[in-house]
Amino acid sequence: MSEFAGKDRIAARSVGRSEVGAGHALFGLALLAYPAVASDFFLTQIGGLSLIEGMIALSLMTLAGYGGMVSLAQLSVAGIAGYVVAILGHNDTGVQGYDWPWAVTVPLAILAAAATSALIGWISARTSGIYTIMITLAIATAVFYFAQQNYVIFNGHSGFAGIPAPVFFGEDWRAPVPFYYLCLFAAAASYAGVLYVRRSTFGLTVQGMRDNERRMRALGFSVILHKVFAWFLSGIVAGIAGVLLVWFHGRISPSSIDVAASLNILVMAVIGGLRHPIGPFVGALVVVLLQTFASDLVGAERFNTLIGLTFLIIVYISDDGILGLWRQFAPRFDHADRSAG
Amino acid sequence: MSERAVLPKMLEAGAFALELSGVSRRFGALAALSNVTLRIAVGERRAVLGSNGAGKTTLFNVVTGDFMATAGRIRFFGEDITALPAHERTRLGLRRTYQISLLFSRLTVVDNVYLACRGVSRRRLSLLRPRPSGPVMEQAFSILQAVRLDDVANVEVALLSHGQKRQLEIGMALAGAPRFILFDEPAAGLSPAEREDLVAVLNALPRHIGYIIIEHDLDVALRVASFVSMMHNGAVFKEGAPEEIESDPEVQQIYLGGAHA
Ligand SMILES: Nc1ncnc2c1ncn2[C@@H]1O[C@H](COP(=O)(O)OP(=O)(O)OP(=O)(O)O)[C@@H](O)[C@H]1O
Ligand SMILES: [Mg+2]
Repeated sequence: MSEFAGKDRIAARSVGRSEVGAGHALFGLALLAYPAVASDFFLTQIGGLSLIEGMIALSLMTLAGYGGMVSLAQLSVAGIAGYVVAILGHNDTGVQGYDWPWAVTVPLAILAAAATSALIGWISARTSGIYTIMITLAIATAVFYFAQQNYVIFNGHSGFAGIPAPVFFGEDWRAPVPFYYLCLFAAAASYAGVLYVRRSTFGLTVQGMRDNERRMRALGFSVILHKVFAWFLSGIVAGIAGVLLVWFHGRISPSSIDVAASLNILVMAVIGGLRHPIGPFVGALVVVLLQTFASDLVGAERFNTLIGLTFLIIVYISDDGILGLWRQFAPRFDHADRSAG
Repeated sequence: MSERAVLPKMLEAGAFALELSGVSRRFGALAALSNVTLRIAVGERRAVLGSNGAGKTTLFNVVTGDFMATAGRIRFFGEDITALPAHERTRLGLRRTYQISLLFSRLTVVDNVYLACRGVSRRRLSLLRPRPSGPVMEQAFSILQAVRLDDVANVEVALLSHGQKRQLEIGMALAGAPRFILFDEPAAGLSPAEREDLVAVLNALPRHIGYIIIEHDLDVALRVASFVSMMHNGAVFKEGAPEEIESDPEVQQIYLGGAHA
């Protein structure tokens, strides 16, 4: 980069760093008003599902984008939360199902997911780059086979069905409109949390480890502790999404967390962009739209080809997914957010 | 404050900030450091000179604990630190800069210094944002002023010039309460004007902070240090006042022998 380009950027960057501007307000209003125009199908199958899968991709993006640790196991983490809800709460399968109230199962499910994520982080903390990807892929595969072959806890291949969403405040929270708002609330809270924490003391230490782990150690930080905590926090987001996902489908089985589905989460995050927490949601929306309508366009069996092609094209023309393209065409957005990394 | 209070007492007692006795470091068959004995008084500022591969950076790595010594003892303000891990030496007030900058390239300048300050203080896991008026941020900004980077505080480090990155390296070494600093070729690649800045920054450091500076450029080294150690092949072979060293035939032999970087 030339001296001059550098100076321009410097000038732009050192002025205000407003993170939540008019763009956010407009976008938020549009999302709130969406049920007024959307059919039930578009509310849940497109809206709700994109928000949920976006949260799982967000869990991956925070580790990858801020920490430089690419995890293929975040869907497994979400799956743990789903299984906890199915096992401790109600299901119609006749296996397990202790009918504990949701106010107990949901916090336990999220905690179990976060603890699992922290454990995976601890296991992979000494690796970096491609080795982190390999280890987390191995863990995702192991979780899948364990769930499939264990009948005592996970009910093996068939898993659990008939898992209801709770009814409270006089609403059935699986009805399209309430469910959409529930997802929107959870997604917005996760998104805002990530936006805030990335500039917190802890958030800066995570980005410091990404840029230069050796220097962080020399400065007096315990790198392993900071990594494990980052995985724990990211696991909370995946866990919340896992609870919503099991309410959405009403069932969970090993096929919900197989390796292909795990890779899809990575595809969403990369298609959307890894440098800003809105990216994973954009990527999730694109993939959910393709998944839903690809069969009409190219036939169901060619669906993966279409996703793959989309992926290739976007990675080829942009350095950071759809967000990267957006930055090229809307430079003002760039100045507000690039410096956050 | 307390450090300054104990300083005169330590000087009286003839105490040393850093004391190496018979320190060696091997890499397989290569003796990168052999039997180095070095004593640096509290508050003293020392230059280490030597050709490429003489073992200067290895000396620093062994003192900071980046590498462990394979033989010998190291004392820091009287305390034996030979077996102490690197981050604990940092907490004792030992700092260093790196020959090749090791910075957080995608964070801003002030965030780099902030992390350096936070590393030696508490609440490292806080999920709250640092308060701009808090003591740690305030320290970060006063360091930025000391190394003349306050006007680029919010710039991403990747966009800095080489000279600014070298200054930031120094700034990060000033975080917390440093008692002794190891500067590894801070002037490398700097323009003549930037060298003047560097000399000014070093000479403006509080008197109680001692340091060792590795520097090929005698002009710079002799203006910021009062005593010189010459290294060659992993050993210290000559020590003396700058004038003695400058006129020493053996030194001239090595330096004019084409060892300049
Ligand atoms: N990690 C290492 N592994 C193996 N050999 C090393 C290592 N670090 C340094 N050496 C070797 O030790 C010797 C001394 O290296 P050192 O980096 O200390 O020299 P230096 O005096 O700092 O030189 P320069 O002026 O080039 O920075 C060299 O021969 C070098 O190749
Ligand atoms: Mg060196």
